[in-house]
Amino acid sequence: MPCKICISDLRKSFGPKVVLDGVDLEVAESESLVIIGGSGTGKSVLLKHVIGLLRPDSGTVEVDGTAVEKLGNREITEFRRKFGMAFQEGALFDSMTVGQNVAFPLKRLTRKSPAEIRDRVEECLAMVRLEGVTDRLPSQLSGGMRRRVGFARAIAHQPEILLFDEPTTGLDPVTTALIDEVIVDLNDRLKTTTLTITHDMQSAFRIGDRIAMIHRGKIIAVAPPREFQQLDEPRVQQFLRGEATGPLTDDQDAAAVGKAAIPGGRLQGPRGL
Amino acid sequence: MTLPRPIERFFQEIGRFVEMVGRVFAWTPRPPYDWRELLRQMVKVGVDSVPVVLLTAMFTGMVMALQTFTVLRRFNAESYVGSLVALSMVRELSAVLSGLIVAGRAGSAMGAELGTMRVTEQIDALEVMATDPVHYLVVPRVWAATIMLPLLVVLANAIGIFGGYLVSVVLMGANPVSYMDNTFQFMDLNDLISGLIKAGVFGFLIAAIGCMQGFYTTGGAEGVGRSTTKAVVVASIAILISDFFLTRLLF
Repeated sequence: MPCKICISDLRKSFGPKVVLDGVDLEVAESESLVIIGGSGTGKSVLLKHVIGLLRPDSGTVEVDGTAVEKLGNREITEFRRKFGMAFQEGALFDSMTVGQNVAFPLKRLTRKSPAEIRDRVEECLAMVRLEGVTDRLPSQLSGGMRRRVGFARAIAHQPEILLFDEPTTGLDPVTTALIDEVIVDLNDRLKTTTLTITHDMQSAFRIGDRIAMIHRGKIIAVAPPREFQQLDEPRVQQFLRGEATGPLTDDQDAAAVGKAAIPGGRLQGPRGL
Repeated sequence: MTLPRPIERFFQEIGRFVEMVGRVFAWTPRPPYDWRELLRQMVKVGVDSVPVVLLTAMFTGMVMALQTFTVLRRFNAESYVGSLVALSMVRELSAVLSGLIVAGRAGSAMGAELGTMRVTEQIDALEVMATDPVHYLVVPRVWAATIMLPLLVVLANAIGIFGGYLVSVVLMGANPVSYMDNTFQFMDLNDLISGLIKAGVFGFLIAAIGCMQGFYTTGGAEGVGRSTTKAVVVASIAILISDFFLTRLLF
């Protein structure tokens, strides 16, 4: 299988804190890969490297054969058209209405007419079962609704690759199942390549063609869901069973890595002036 | 060799500022031009600051008249009060005071707004949707402030001179006609222009610094608070320091 996203020996530290410690991962064309792992094990940081929001200290991320970290200012803008990304808390623009939020990528990334944009916005909001909220502001929505709007915004311009940063965390089980369904559906119908971060195991098994587990900045296991459950790796088993004690929690260094916040940092992305 | 932390941080700030300014200039000529956002920011920075700028200028003019009257009387030079008030306002005080006020009102708002956008990943979201955050957020704010501050200063000049006139004529019993004559007797266009140039520079500094502080926010709500404070403090200091050099430069 050709690899759509190839990550090799990716390393990233914030100050003294090593967040990614040599990540190797391959995502195939139109595959749905789910990355699981405890809070703050570097999952979001990994995702931000794929789309070029963060620059690696060493190692490479290649998407369709293009090394992301080598792209210049203009190239990266073009490169990002391929992507749709849903952020943890939605990251909706709070000065815009829901409709304007979902329309944003369409205005910026496509040549659709205003009427087409309006239709597509409705369509995307319907897909996440949000209707009649087009004119509301994000501050007037519940957390779960905001998340779903963020999701609608990510898929609006029909990107080839979707990145989801905890799309279902904190949502009720029904909405979670709904979001999972949408992801599976996009993956099946449009052959979208998806990379999802979650710590919801049920979702992971529902949407993943393969599941990868990250721990202390390294990928410690990758396998299709069925095999993943059978893995003989004690750290995976602890995570799957959700136990408080075990090899994951034994070393306190792991917890320290977890505290490494993602700084707003330098002007981010692999382009300076 | 490693530099002490505060010095390192100072140079980091300078570096970020220069980079931000560079990006503002690099992005300004590139389409799409967001005129509506520019207008919106001009209203926020300029129009909304009018009442407080007018109030400040009015009272500054009044105090200036009171002070100079008391002092100049000792030299029997009361007839120069008008000139002194007007020249001080036009060359110096209107620009600096308006700058400090706009730094407190609009600079802080920029720091808070962009800071919140940073910590809630809205800035990342912009980048992901192929939108440069400097182009989209910083460029309109910087030019709005650069355009609006000189306009505020024009108003401040007028009202400041009026305040001086009021105090001199009503309170100190100066002759209205000769006071007005005296006000413009020694003023030329360069005085006015130098004040306006200063104001433009201050506006640019306020917005660039406010946006930069917001842009580099880390650490949640507390970080946003820190950025907001820094936006005001750093901009105010920058105004006062650059004022000296601008005065030297513009005669």
